[in-house]
Amino acid sequence: MADVRITGLHKHYAGGVHAVRGIDLTIPDKQFTVLVGPSGCGKSTLLRMIAGLEPVDEGTIEIGGEVVNDMRPRDRDVAMVFQDYALYPHMSVHNNIGFGLKARKFRPEEVERRVRNAAELLGITPLLGRLPRQLSGGQRQRVAIGRAIVRNPQLFLFDEPLSNLDAQLRDEMRVEIKRLHQEIATTIIYVTHDQIEAMTLADRIVLLRDGVIEQQGSPLDLFERPATRFVAGFLGSPRMNFVPARLDPVDGVPALVLDGPTLPLDPSRAASFEEWRGREVILGVRPEHMSKADGGTSRKPAQAPIRVVIDLVQPTGTRTHAQFRLNGTDVTVELPSHTVERPGTAIDLLVDMSRVILIDPRTERTIPG
Amino acid sequence: MAGKPRTRRRPPLLRIAFLALWVLFVLAPLYWVFVTSIKPSDDYLAVPPVWFPSDPTMVHYTAALFAYQGLTGLINSIIVSVSATVLSVIVGTLMAYSLARFNTGGQHLSFWVLSQRFLPPIAIILPLFLNYRLLGLQDTHLGLILAYTVFTLPVSVWMMFAYFRQMPRSLEEAALVDGCTRWTAFWRVAVPLAAPGVVAAAVFTFIACWTEFFFALVLTSRNAFTLPTVFRAFLSFQGAQYGEASALAIVSLVPSIILGVLVQKHLVRGLTLGALRG
Repeated sequence: MADVRITGLHKHYAGGVHAVRGIDLTIPDKQFTVLVGPSGCGKSTLLRMIAGLEPVDEGTIEIGGEVVNDMRPRDRDVAMVFQDYALYPHMSVHNNIGFGLKARKFRPEEVERRVRNAAELLGITPLLGRLPRQLSGGQRQRVAIGRAIVRNPQLFLFDEPLSNLDAQLRDEMRVEIKRLHQEIATTIIYVTHDQIEAMTLADRIVLLRDGVIEQQGSPLDLFERPATRFVAGFLGSPRMNFVPARLDPVDGVPALVLDGPTLPLDPSRAASFEEWRGREVILGVRPEHMSKADGGTSRKPAQAPIRVVIDLVQPTGTRTHAQFRLNGTDVTVELPSHTVERPGTAIDLLVDMSRVILIDPRTERTIPG
Repeated sequence: MAGKPRTRRRPPLLRIAFLALWVLFVLAPLYWVFVTSIKPSDDYLAVPPVWFPSDPTMVHYTAALFAYQGLTGLINSIIVSVSATVLSVIVGTLMAYSLARFNTGGQHLSFWVLSQRFLPPIAIILPLFLNYRLLGLQDTHLGLILAYTVFTLPVSVWMMFAYFRQMPRSLEEAALVDGCTRWTAFWRVAVPLAAPGVVAAAVFTFIACWTEFFFALVLTSRNAFTLPTVFRAFLSFQGAQYGEASALAIVSLVPSIILGVLVQKHLVRGLTLGALRG
């Protein structure tokens, strides 16, 4: 059993930097947990404290029910994959992978067997005799993973392992890592700043900001029900649009007034926002939750029409990202290719008001409803 | 007639000539020392100069090594220089690792270590002499080894400090997570990677110890005297013993040349690797 339990964890650095501020977190056994957040949010610090590479200032870390605060990294039975791979340059791939086993005095036959198995699993058997400098980025990454899995630890830690790879290789390695988790079924804690990695890999996302947990849950949970503006804006690409608005009835219908255009609320949700009538809010709408009106009168009750003038077009191949101005804010909409081709085009859109969120501008928290 | 513009190129001939002059400038004194060591005494200052003696002799070597105790000085120099080098490099490497990885003593300690190099030996030689007399270290190998270790330590520390600082921490961290203790991570990962730096530090330290004269002069007399101190015997009231001095100079070159040949490859790596990484 390798669940990880973190209670009241704090970490200070010189110069008054409070990198981790009272984190409480439970990571169940065998789960793939991703710690995600912008640079400086404390995710790597947290991971390094779990590994034992940084001392804990306050709080406890338990791995498999055992408090490990004062335990050396080698005694915690964890394996770590580093961002820069950290392969020993003076050792062959074979010796790199087997290094940990030799350090723990495994028998040579056992070392050989495990190294071969790991190499086969990762498809790097032909590389065993090479030195790290003779390998490509992707190959080095596999060797680093091989070095981790060969020890059969109770916990895997990944510290932004794909950051140094190009986009295509990153996509491939993501799939490999996901597949690996299915094969080895061990607890994984994975740190990244990339929200796509988080969404695609995680059983559970822990989104960190300034040393605290902003929100945690399944990827879809955080994506569809973000607790704060930060969470809403962090997950999803292109990112969510945030437009200032005021909640006011228009012709007796609760609506969002956007300094010109108005967007009637989804009737099934309107009652939840009653107490916000007459107040300023922030409308959060994802680019994919707006679509081109088909010109007919058929539209669902939750869809609010709006006419906009596109001022920027970015084709990506399968989709087009078009940008327009709304209430002083640049808004991006994701449309099928060829829907809009030129800036200056006026277009009628339908906003899916069942999928939007409203945010309290003072607390930046999502208004429930 | 307007021809195509001629590209002005310095002919390689000039480069070769310059290099030849430079090689001559460096090797000429060595050559002169060598031929002086095998010349009969009459040829030392002959005019015109004797470029190669017609009847070379080894008598100066015999005199320098035995009559003037050059051999004893040579053996003492080897003992002291090798011991001090080994000690200085070991202690210096450990110290440098501590400074680089654990920031021991903050920024002040690391600078203080280097600042010891600024100290002119003459400032401390008298107290050192008196302390050595008191401790019974005067005219002993140990006394000189300790003195050399201490004054070459700053250079060892600073060379290794630069080396360790540019080494990614993640390598040792990976070793710690893999199953190493702090010590084995240092020994099995950091030190092998710092080997070129160790070699460079060892060479610099050895040269400093091998050629050191002042401390050896004051801190030794009949027993632990080193090769550089033997040379003063050649400038005596009897006149300059050019042949013996030259013979001993050639003998003293031999260990340095052997060392240079052995470590040449590593020395270049050790001196430049840190610079490339920045």
